[in-house]
Order: sequence, then C-alpha cells, then structure tokens
Amino acid sequence: MSVSVERAERAAAGDHGRRAGRLVDAALRFRELGILLVLALVVAVTAAYNPRFVSGQSIRDLLLNASIVALLAVGQTLVVVTRNVDLSVGSVLGLTAFMTGDLMAGHQGLPVVLALLAGLAFGAACGAVNGTVTAAARVPSLVVTLGTLYVFRGLDYAWAGGRQINAANLPEGLLTLGSGSFLGVPYLVAITVVLVAVAAYALRSFRSGRELYAIGSNPDAAVLAGIPVGRRVLAAFVASGAVAGLAGALWTARFGTVDATAGTGFELQVIAAVVVGGVAIFGGSGSVVGAALGALLLSTIGSALVVLKVPSFWLQAAVGALLVGAIALDRLVGLRVASALRQRSVRRG
Amino acid sequence: MAQAGGSTASSLTAGAPLLLLEHAAKSFGSVQALEDGSIELRAGEAHGLVGENGAGKSTLVKILAGVYRPDAGRLLLDGRELRLGGPADARAAGIAVIYQEPTLFPDLSVAENIFMGRQPLTLGRRIDGRELRRRVEALMERLGVPLDPSRPARGLSIADQQIVEIAKALSFEARVIVMDEPTAALSGAEVARLFAVARALRAQGAAVLFVSHRLDEVLDLCQRVTVMRDGRQVFTGPLDGLTRDDLVRRMVGRELGAMFPKQAVASGDVALSVRRLTREGVFADVSFDVRHGEIVGLAGLVGAGRSEVARAVFGIDRRDAGEVVVEGRRLPAASPTAAMAAGMGYVPEDRREQGLVMDLSIARNASLASLGRLRRGVFIRGADERRLAADWAARLRLKYARLGDPVAALSGGNQQKVVLAKWLARRPTVLIVDEPTRGIDVATKAEVHRLLSDLAGDGVAVLMISSELPEILGMADRVLVMHEGRLTAELPREEATEERIMLAATAGAASGASG
Repeated sequence: MSVSVERAERAAAGDHGRRAGRLVDAALRFRELGILLVLALVVAVTAAYNPRFVSGQSIRDLLLNASIVALLAVGQTLVVVTRNVDLSVGSVLGLTAFMTGDLMAGHQGLPVVLALLAGLAFGAACGAVNGTVTAAARVPSLVVTLGTLYVFRGLDYAWAGGRQINAANLPEGLLTLGSGSFLGVPYLVAITVVLVAVAAYALRSFRSGRELYAIGSNPDAAVLAGIPVGRRVLAAFVASGAVAGLAGALWTARFGTVDATAGTGFELQVIAAVVVGGVAIFGGSGSVVGAALGALLLSTIGSALVVLKVPSFWLQAAVGALLVGAIALDRLVGLRVASALRQRSVRRG
Repeated sequence: MAQAGGSTASSLTAGAPLLLLEHAAKSFGSVQALEDGSIELRAGEAHGLVGENGAGKSTLVKILAGVYRPDAGRLLLDGRELRLGGPADARAAGIAVIYQEPTLFPDLSVAENIFMGRQPLTLGRRIDGRELRRRVEALMERLGVPLDPSRPARGLSIADQQIVEIAKALSFEARVIVMDEPTAALSGAEVARLFAVARALRAQGAAVLFVSHRLDEVLDLCQRVTVMRDGRQVFTGPLDGLTRDDLVRRMVGRELGAMFPKQAVASGDVALSVRRLTREGVFADVSFDVRHGEIVGLAGLVGAGRSEVARAVFGIDRRDAGEVVVEGRRLPAASPTAAMAAGMGYVPEDRREQGLVMDLSIARNASLASLGRLRRGVFIRGADERRLAADWAARLRLKYARLGDPVAALSGGNQQKVVLAKWLARRPTVLIVDEPTRGIDVATKAEVHRLLSDLAGDGVAVLMISSELPEILGMADRVLVMHEGRLTAELPREEATEERIMLAATAGAASGASG
C-alpha cells in the first residue's frame, strides 16, 4: 500500500527532477529486479537440465534452505546500513542453537514458543554486548564483533563440552516447527517472510528506520541532526543479535542435531548475501528484501550446482565471482547515477 | 509553535536582543579556544562575525549550535537562560547553523534530509510521505528555489546543499540562523541567491549571524558586526560608517600596511611554458608562460576550469592535446612524478582532501614530498624529519604545540602553511598554488602573500589561482583570466583592474566564443 502511495506522489510531482527521481528509483529497483532475473536464469537453466528442480517439493526445499541465512541477512542489513558490521552472527546462532536444544531436551514439557523466545532473548543479549561496546566505547564494530565471534563460540564450546543434542531428545513440537508446513508453506519460510516484511516496513515507514540509513549515510550529520546515534546503533545490534538468536532456535528445530560447531563460518555467507542483495557495505542504502533475495540466490546457486553435478568446490568460486560482480555493477550504476545527478544540477544551476 | 509565533511578533516591534551570549569561555586541554565570547543578535537583523582563524569564531558558533558546552558564561534566548545539552536542544530552541560544508545524507532524498528525525507522522506513528513532500515543496517555494524533494542529496552543488540546510532551518521555525562561512565555495550568482534568501529571512523576523572572511560581503549584508580577536570579543557595533580597513584593523589589532606585498622582481627566463593545452569538455587551447621571479595570477569564476588546468599541468589529470614545458624540457602527460622531478610543486585547492593527511603529524606531513631527499639507505630518520619540519615551521611562523601533533589539530591557516612547507621543502622552481588563502584569517593571509612574494624574489615561478580579486590584483605581475574553459584575457599588472578582470571572466563570450 505504501508503495502505491509513493508512486501516486511521484506522479503528482512537479516536472522538476522527475527524471532524476526516476533514475534513482530505477537504480534501487534495478538491484532487486536484477537478483530476481539472475535467480530466474539459474532456476531455468537447472530446470532445463533436470525438470524436477522446479517441482513443488524442490522449491519448498530451496526456500527452506535459504530461510535461515535470509533471516540472518535481515538482521545484518539493519547493522550494515548504519555503516557497521556484525561478524558474530554465526557464533550467536551456534550458541543459541545449543542453548535452546539443551533447554528443550532437559525440560520436555516446555512450550515451543518458549524456545523461540529464549533464543530471541539470549541473542538480543549477545547483540547488546556488541552494540554497547561499539556505541559506547567507540570501538569499530569490525573489531568488536570479530572478538565476540570467538568469545561466543568459546562459550558455546564450554557449554557443550563435547556433547551433542540429538533429535531423539527434542520434543516433537519443536521438530515439527523446523520441518512442517502449513498449506504447503514451511513454517520456517513463513517466519522468514513475515520478518522480512516487518523489517522492510519498519525501515521504510518509521523515523527510527530512516535514522539508521541517515547514520550510515553520514554519521557526523546524523549527530548534528540530533539523532541518538549510539542508541540507534545499539538497537541495530540488538536486533541483529535477536534475529541470530531466533535463527539459532530455528536451526535446532530444523536439523535436530546440534553440537558446538553449528553455524561456524556462517557470518561470511550472510555478509555475502547482504552485499549481493545490494546493501552498500559502507552503509546508507540497501533493503532487507534485497538482502533476503541475495540469500535465496546464493543458496539456490548452491543447490543448482549440485543438480548440475558441478563439483562442490565450484560453489565457492561462483559465490565469490557473484560477489565481486555485484559490487562492480553497483559501483558502475552508482557512478552513472551520481554523474547524471550532477549533470542535472549543472544544467539547472 | 506558539512560542515561535509570539516572539516573531515581538521582534518586529523593536530590535530587542533575541539571543544573547555573555562571556562564554571554552578550552580544550591546555588550549583556550574561547576566552570571552559575547554576541548579541537582534530579530530582523543580520549580524556579521569577523576575526582571524583561531580567533574563536568557530568555537562560538559551535556553542550556539549546542555542539560544545561552554566552560563559563551564559546564553539567553528571549531573556531566558538556555542550557544546550546537544545539537538537538539548540534546534528545539530555534537556533539553526548552516555550516561552510553542509553535512547532508548523500543517500537520502532532499525531503528526508530536511526533516530527518522530525518527519510528519500519521496516527500510527508512520511517516506521512505525502505531507512530507507537501511541506518540502512549500519550503522551496518560500525560498524561491526549485529543488526536487525526492532527488537524493548526492550530487547537489554546495550552494544547493546550503539551500537544503536553510530549508531545514525554516522547517523548524528557526529564529536564529547562523551561517558559518557560507560563501567560501559559491560563485557570484550563488552568493547573490544566498543573500536574497538571507534578506528574506531577516525580513521575516529572524536573526541572521553571518560569519565570513569576506569583509565586503559582511559590509554588504549586515547591519551590525562583532569582531573577535584571540578568543575575545573586541568590538560590537553598527556597520554604518565602517570601512573594510576599519574592520581589518580591529581584527588584527594593528595596521596592515602591506596586505599584498608583492615586491617588484625583474623576471627572468621562461620557467613554465604551457602550449595549447586541451582537455575535452573541460578546457581548450590554453597557452601561457610563467617566468622566473614572476607571479602569474589565474582569475575567473568558480567552474571556469582554472583548477582543472593546474591539475593537467601538474599531470594529475590527463590532457588531450598540447604540451607542458618546464625549463625547456617537455613533461610527459599525466605524470606528477615527472612534474615533481622537473622541479614543479602543486598546492591544491582543497587542503583537507588533497593536500594533507589529516591524521598524520605536522612533521610527517611537512616531509611527505621530500622523503626521497631525507632517505638514508632505506630508512627515514625521525630526527631528520623533525629538523626539516621545525625549520619550515619557523620560517612560515607556524603556530603549533608539538610537531608530533596531527595536522587536524591545527587551524585552517596553519594547515595551509604545512601544505606550503611540504612543497617548499622540495625547493621547487615552479610552484602552482590553488586558492592559497581560502578560509584563512587576514594575518595568515598576509604571511602567505609575503611568502609567495619572497619565493618569487628567489626566482621561483609562481602560478597562483585565486577567486579573490584583491589578492590577484595585489600579488600578480600578470593576470590570466579564464571563462568557460578558455583564456579570455592576459593583463599586465598595470592594466589589471577589477572591472577588466570581471569583464573577461563573465562577458568573456566576446573574445572566448570564437575558438
């Protein structure tokens, strides 16, 4: 609905700058459309080789595989638009996955919702640590979260102490959440879609959401504009942590088997998805929808390569090439847009 | 809102003080940036604030902006004492600051830039996009400037960025509008537009504080003026009857007999020869010579292509045609290394971005272009570096605490001295300086002029780009004027007048359009 209102406004706008406005819109939409296009291409090529790739079950699996990374990508986007980064998400996921597994295995009667809430709360606490050190002590988030990446993973190992939690010990309800579906839509996918929608709406339509972009676009100006930069950055980290915590609980629900290594190295996949999804790594622009689509694209390429019987080590090369290609393309489009905008200023001025 | 309306009404009745800052002091560590800052702004009045760099103007402005909390003194608005805990408080009180380089959000739209943090909301606390757009369009109409609210701020000219800032000020009914060096980067037409806006604000009952080094502009726009020197207010009063020289005398506290002290030097052989230099779409067919001992001024309006010519001569930008000859030797295109080896130095326009490494120390910056000479084996000795820096710091009368301090800690004028030191340490035979005194206080300006003059006296060929006509007229032995990428006039010192230069710089079409 909000999109249609915006369009109407744009249509009603004066003649001035309509072109520039459209240009920028096009550049922003271009990214999401571009990902969809590449996605369609990957699916089409793979389906031509093996038509079962587009069967209902296969598509469900594709979405299911992408959903946990997509979730993390949503949280990560909130942090990255503020010109920060959260490298600890993989470790937070691992830690909360084990924690919720341990909790549910130990107390069989607990409701499933409690597992999700526990994961959410614990993840938020981890995020609060990241956010507080970053915002209050002004340590670059790259360093802070690189540190907590190891700290949280260390805690995970200490807690697990070599143990492994198996599906057999987990309550049925939790496992159903991980693999079941409602009207053909897996619960996990539904949760992810809802979260993406909520985050997209919040980033677009609320002051605090716009302020995250403002902070990433120009931190000094954000301070001068009276934006509580520290609080907003802290909130972004708490949100990212909470989402990672939720993803950890869902991880346990989906895989049933959890040890201390769950989610190791996940942070790089997530950041790759965010960047491929068009979120500027230095903040200020990008959307959660793009980031989620980026996650879907990367995991679909992974599945496609398996179907196409391409050796798995090519996957990493493909992801890397896509990453570099996406950034180069962004840069190119950005330069074109910037020069078009400057031209306009010159002509008018 | 009610408060704002009420005071506007009262302000129109008399020139009562709207904002009063009394005896404000602020120090940073051992440096006393502001000792006794006082200012009185009246509604419906433009007030000039002048003083050298380091006189405490910026500190005073930042106190008004709520960025700094003063150590002493008090701030009264409408007779009520005001304590600003941050920029948001200042804004809420109706004080808006337009900085020299506006700090916008490049990725966000003009509308969002204006209303960031204050976007109109619907009942559900959602941002009301339609209302936002309506308000921004109304503001632009009030300012008489057609800016599209939905275009991103990226790519806006400095002048348009300031308009966005002013629109922001209007949007929260600011009654005190502080403009900190707003015209430094504007062209003549843009300054005129800004002044029209400032006069309109004044007519609407706002108090405008205009901070500028351009005294002519202060005389043009303002009714009263405050002069600051060494962190203190030394004069406040109406501008009626005051001349530029009166202001300068109060700023520096002594007679400046020779503001532009270029001494006559018998010029020698041609040091730099530029022939038919062309860069497509930027400038074309530029030819000139600079002789040893000569200062050649390159005048023109902002955007005429003067800096671009300098960059191409020094080899930073490629050239499409033409040649550059130094001491009889042709320089290869696009090679600053070759230009430096041939004895050329280039002090760029934008010292913060291009001239200095802001986080490095004074000594490191000063020696940066001379590392080859300082090198002993493969190492650079810190002691040599410091000796070189201390030597030049003394010669340029640099004001600093320690050579190990980052240059970011210096005032603008002293930063410019460090950039000059960096190039002078190489003992160049040809020196290109681009706006050598932009944003620099009067006393430092005079020192820079003296320095350039001394260099010419030592036989250095100097090409000086400047937007300030008095500087060009005072310093240059010969004046080149550019208009839209072409040389439109070459005037010897005795023939150069403001009128002739401005004519060539603006109506240069007559002679410039032919080629």
